[in-house]
Amino acid sequence: MSDQKKVNRRDFIYTASTVVGVVGVGAAAWPLIDQMNPDASVKALATTEVDVSLVKPGQSITVLWRGKPVFIKRRTENEIAEAKAVSLTELKHPEKDEDRASNPEWLVMLGVCTHLGCVPLADKGDYDGWFCPCHGSHYDTSGRIRKGPAPTNLEIPKYEFVNSNTIKIG
Amino acid sequence: MSEHNYQPKSKFGKWFNDRLPLLTLANHLTDYPTPKNLNYWWTFGGILTFCLITQIITGLVLAMHYIAHADLAFSSVEHIMRDVNYGWLIRYIHANGASMFFLAVYIHIFRSLFYGSYKAPREIIWILGIMIYLLMMAAAFMGYVLPWGQMSFWGATVITNLFSAIPLVGESITTWLWGGYSVDNPTLTRFFTLHYLIPFLILGLVVLHIWALHVPGNNNPIGIDIKKPSKDTVSFHPYIVVKDLFALLLFLILFAFFVFYSPNVLGHADNYIEANPLVTPAHIVPEWYLLPFYAILRSIPDKLMGVIAMLSAILILAALPWLDTSKIRSAVFRPLYKQFYWILVLDVLILGYVGAMPAEGLYLLIARIGTAYYFAHFLIILPILGKVEKTLPLPMSISEPILGGSLNAEPARSKEDFQKL
Amino acid sequence: MFKFVKYFSLIFFLISGNIVSSAENAEKLLTTDWTFKGPFGKFDRASLQRGYQVYQEVCASCHSLKYMSYRNLSEEGGPEFSVQEAKAIAANFEILDGPNPEGEMFTRPARLSDKFAMPYANEEEAKSANGGAYPPDMSVLVKARKGGADYVYSVLLGYEDPPVGMKLDDGVHYNKYMYGNKIKMPAPLSEGLVEYADGTTATEQQMAKDVVSFLMWTAEPHLEQRHKIGFRAIVYLIILSILVYFSMKKIWSRIETEV
Repeated sequence: MSDQKKVNRRDFIYTASTVVGVVGVGAAAWPLIDQMNPDASVKALATTEVDVSLVKPGQSITVLWRGKPVFIKRRTENEIAEAKAVSLTELKHPEKDEDRASNPEWLVMLGVCTHLGCVPLADKGDYDGWFCPCHGSHYDTSGRIRKGPAPTNLEIPKYEFVNSNTIKIG
Repeated sequence: MSEHNYQPKSKFGKWFNDRLPLLTLANHLTDYPTPKNLNYWWTFGGILTFCLITQIITGLVLAMHYIAHADLAFSSVEHIMRDVNYGWLIRYIHANGASMFFLAVYIHIFRSLFYGSYKAPREIIWILGIMIYLLMMAAAFMGYVLPWGQMSFWGATVITNLFSAIPLVGESITTWLWGGYSVDNPTLTRFFTLHYLIPFLILGLVVLHIWALHVPGNNNPIGIDIKKPSKDTVSFHPYIVVKDLFALLLFLILFAFFVFYSPNVLGHADNYIEANPLVTPAHIVPEWYLLPFYAILRSIPDKLMGVIAMLSAILILAALPWLDTSKIRSAVFRPLYKQFYWILVLDVLILGYVGAMPAEGLYLLIARIGTAYYFAHFLIILPILGKVEKTLPLPMSISEPILGGSLNAEPARSKEDFQKL
Repeated sequence: MFKFVKYFSLIFFLISGNIVSSAENAEKLLTTDWTFKGPFGKFDRASLQRGYQVYQEVCASCHSLKYMSYRNLSEEGGPEFSVQEAKAIAANFEILDGPNPEGEMFTRPARLSDKFAMPYANEEEAKSANGGAYPPDMSVLVKARKGGADYVYSVLLGYEDPPVGMKLDDGVHYNKYMYGNKIKMPAPLSEGLVEYADGTTATEQQMAKDVVSFLMWTAEPHLEQRHKIGFRAIVYLIILSILVYFSMKKIWSRIETEV
């Protein structure tokens, strides 16, 4: 009985040391890992304001936001109609055009192919939208994936119109 | 290692071990017979390994954010201190880690001096150690240049100018080191490259240092040869591992105190002023761990001789195994050497102190006496002492230290004294 | 003899650090009850906010804070202005941005992510506007001076008439604590120079204390986090040391019985 107790106490001190030691090593490792996350100055630049007063219908501009291209396209009536005409059943990743462009004249989306991150080319491909040259994904005038290996539509970032000429992304 | 006949138990282990004997190595390291009477001064080897690994890891991380450019280095360090997640912590660990590393290495070296660990058959271990120490100084110096503060810049200027003391080619060598006509951007980028490289050279030398140690095995406080393995030894794991770990934790408490509560006390305020080639700080002082050598440099009025004296002060250590003519290792059995040992410790501390003071008047006189004594210790006192000293009788083994009458009391008392410190 | 040398060495080693630091300051520095000193030290938020006001109204016309961003004003561990307040502060300053699509630089109101506006375009302009003396950037000033917060505090309050017989050039002032006692900056503080919104009386000492606290924060923005993590780390290390100590005793007891 007392031998048993002795063994238990000895085990306890070893186990406690090991557990406490491992916790400490883990805690010490965290700063070394976290330092690779975006730093405070990067996080502070998370929003970008863009002046779109000079963009004419049918034109698009590309701006840099968080180090990635954002396409801002002022769509023509035809392009809007084309985007709205598509039935959801034809889509690999079904989304309504209204949900992607709250103001139908302006389409704002990340210019990053959802396949492996290349930048798609504008006004190319089988659907009058974008075409990714890396692995041949075709996007329509709403930036939705129609053909090719990309799994989802081009991503819409968080944005808002500060006034009729300025879009704030992020 | 060759006398090990270790066979892994599992089939896969055996298969693997026949092709790459890592398990044999691991077994050698855990079973490695260590004298059981090692005191806490012997734990600094493990502490130093920890320091090296810590410096390498935190250094890698800092290099991810640091920019080696004369216009950007200072602000990139401020960026690390302000914006990078835990950047302040990592930089303060790295900066204070250098001081902790030197503190540990000095204790390690002086332990070796006290117990005669540099004597046959351990001369190669000792010389490898001196090489590591030299590389540490190079790494520390270049690392101190990287923040591109005033002390960085002027420290780099002063140290690189030492090479201009070399006759005939000195000027060309200095220009070559700078990559220009003064310390500037090319100097900074090459220092960064070398600062990144040297720790890995040190790591390689540390492997050799430990390898060379494992051939004869550890010296011990009694300094006599012991049979291995025997009842005088314990296996490295778990006995020495747990003891080293305990000592490391105590060391870490001191380390943490500096990092968290006095992170800048070991540095110089001037290094928070960005480098300015037009203004020299009021007085240039190297980091504390280089002060004794700085004092030696300044104590000689001739430029070339000063540099030679400073270098000799380190290189003379490499000759120590042959300068010390005594066959007895441990100072415990060398009553005279023991006293000279402590005088040397005091001498080095005094040199360090005057190294931080202006080189004038009384300080200069003290520095000169200290320098002369430093060299006299190695070149005159040690060779003579080995011939004339009446040493105490050695015990037969660690387990049976009792031989003569007075002997028993003496080592016991000094060991206790050591623990008190 | 041997013992004496040994203990003397140790004592010498312990006190030598103090000698080195104290031997050079002829004049003993002034100090005050800094809240950020010591292992649990924290900044006094109200003091930092007042300190920012003093910096902005008194120092900022000559001294930059080039490593500070307006977002820092609302970050944890600092003056902790609300995000709205920090935005409003930022909006008071014009920042050079651009080029715009026409290729021209333009100014716009500062945002949180911007660095503090600089008083001068470059060092040369700063020098020519200040009689050849460059007003140093104050981001890390407190860490860049021996004596730290006490030193800067002392210099702010150390203006006196020069001792009899000392000749000063035009535009040079006597300061009891300044290194070399000569300073080109005229005494920056005077009673009631700023009007604190929280009703604190703006004495010279009060303003000096507030602005030096503020500058301590700009030099060491993570000081509070450092103190907090440090306390935990040391408590942790002590606990683990105790556990490992008993583990060690247990492990070594196997040997002691064998021998």
